[in-house]
Amino acid sequence: MVGTRLSGWKGYRTMKILMKGNEAIAEAAIRAGCEAYFGYPITPQTEVLEYMARRMTELGRAFVQAESEVGAINMVYGAACTGARAMTTTSSPGYSLMQEGISYMAMSFVPCVIVNIMRGGPGLGNIQPSQGDYFQMTKGGGHGDYHLLSLAPSTVQETVDLIIEAFDLADKYRQPVTVIADGLIGQIMEPVEFPDLKEPQRPERPWALTGAKGRKKNVITSLFLDAHELERENLKLQAIIAQIKANEVRYAEYWLDGAEIVVIAYGTAGRIAQTAVKRAREQGIAVGLFRPISVFPFPYDRLREIAETAQQLLVVEMSAGQMLEDVRLATCNRVPISFYGRMGGVVPLPEEILDKIKGLAGTGS
Amino acid sequence: MSEDGELVFRRPAALSDVVTHYCPGCMHGIVHRLIAEVIDELGIRERTVGIAPVGCSVLAYHYFECDFAEAAHGRAPAMATGIKRTHPELVVFTYQGDGDLASIGTNELIHAAARGENITVVFINNAVYGMTGGQMAPTTLPGMVTTSSPYGRDVKRQGYPVRVCELVSQLDGTAYIVRRSAYKPAEIRKLRQALKIAFQVQMAELGFSLVEVVSNCPTNWGMTPKESLRFVEERMIAYYPLGDYRVRDEVKTLK
Ligand SMILES: Cc1ncc(C[n+]2csc(CCOP(=O)(O)OP(=O)(O)O)c2C)c(N)n1
Ligand code: SF4
Repeated sequence: MVGTRLSGWKGYRTMKILMKGNEAIAEAAIRAGCEAYFGYPITPQTEVLEYMARRMTELGRAFVQAESEVGAINMVYGAACTGARAMTTTSSPGYSLMQEGISYMAMSFVPCVIVNIMRGGPGLGNIQPSQGDYFQMTKGGGHGDYHLLSLAPSTVQETVDLIIEAFDLADKYRQPVTVIADGLIGQIMEPVEFPDLKEPQRPERPWALTGAKGRKKNVITSLFLDAHELERENLKLQAIIAQIKANEVRYAEYWLDGAEIVVIAYGTAGRIAQTAVKRAREQGIAVGLFRPISVFPFPYDRLREIAETAQQLLVVEMSAGQMLEDVRLATCNRVPISFYGRMGGVVPLPEEILDKIKGLAGTGS
Repeated sequence: MSEDGELVFRRPAALSDVVTHYCPGCMHGIVHRLIAEVIDELGIRERTVGIAPVGCSVLAYHYFECDFAEAAHGRAPAMATGIKRTHPELVVFTYQGDGDLASIGTNELIHAAARGENITVVFINNAVYGMTGGQMAPTTLPGMVTTSSPYGRDVKRQGYPVRVCELVSQLDGTAYIVRRSAYKPAEIRKLRQALKIAFQVQMAELGFSLVEVVSNCPTNWGMTPKESLRFVEERMIAYYPLGDYRVRDEVKTLK
């Protein structure tokens, strides 16, 4: 059975094509060997579902348009319990609905990939790009003590690369791994290159529910009625989280050499800040950019080092200032930190950020 | 019979050799045994995956010798969908109470049924939330006293009970929807037969199957086991008639 489910491996090759972010996410997942996709329509993520409806069916892999995001995440949970590579994608309100299932998966050590294409909130909000779910994505989100590895791309290419990696990381840590992007990355069209298609190298999964044939039964549960037993399971989970913190910190740095001002921004905000910082550099301002790629684990150590030489930090987010709290934790407010945020789906223009930089550099109007 | 005696009764291989936590006189134990017997009879223990609910049977995975998952409250049919869609060769069943299936998990149940998922649902209807101490359930009878309907369920304020078989059998994705009980040996035999057919329906890929068991909860009903069986027979079945609610034609040809 396992072999046939992955039919369609051959016939793919590397290519560079113009593709919408959401469709690239879907294609990347397929190339990563995603065997099961479950989702529910929500803008600005729906193209992933539509693409998967077509391609997963063609490839003979599992696809269900679920009755809700609650249904979708629990279908992922079920599929992932069998050891299959499973994914769901959603946007903010849907991500909220998935928290119960995610918490269960974290405690029962079941890997999967979840993509949140964030939109404006709280509430029904709107369908414009936003970064308002940072807390939810990085601090747990559901009930209980857990954090999920959370990767934040800023271009379509980077999204593709991180989605493919996310499946391997989920396997490695036996945990759900999230990719956190926003409506802009989901909707933008950019040239992307996909890696050659290979059968994924996956670790053994002796825990999977595949039928107790010739072995003792497997049970996947997050219920541990004895307090000491549950504490032991929690310690196991915390050990995994500690490993993730030690191994998976990712970030990108731009023009940090001699930078007196360092802008800190991730995802779409990071990409826009890059344009602003480049222009500021052209105008002779000593400014650089630090872009966290893993928002959990957050690059605390590297940021602490940066704060030792920088004179000022500017945090830019499409939120009221959520990552800002991690920047404060990293730097212990040793250098002055300014914040520039837009909310409600308003995407900041490079000019706005440039003005902020100029203000900090004392060269503003 | 030979001189050595013949083994005529034994623990099914699919039933674990452990003491359950169920109250004396509760039907959960009977239904577990019947499921295990059917799994043995069909020879599917090594390819069966069960899904336990949240409720009194939350620890069902301790009691069966097959692979098992523990679902979030009400989500078992969605989990079963995920398992079955990736591994159609597995036999997947959920085991759910009325709070789990007909209240918090109604959406997951209805849509799994509507999609015609090839899964089997065993639904234990005891008209209360047993595990949390006997609160009103969606299936609590009109007038029935529970800890959260202390004056008796007043249908004007607390609504009417949900009849699951009647509701679900309207969906075209369903193949086998029946209601049975276990309050006397003849009914137990019929229940066993229904469970077997339900699994066979799944194995023949005919669609969604559900066996409702009109059950008891002596503990939270405040009755002796014997009184509770009388209540099942006289009161519960009056509201939840036993019978076949949907049996697709192909099911009748199953052997
Ligand atoms: C999300 C959520 N809400 C509430 C509960 C608490 N809870 C545990 S069991 C249960 C009721 C179960 O009743 P039922 O499904 O009828 O099964 P029984 O115990 O009667 O067998 C509830 C409400 C929970 N575990 N999770
Ligand atoms: S509380 Fe009720 S349903 Fe639960 S085990 Fe006891 S008798 Fe059975």
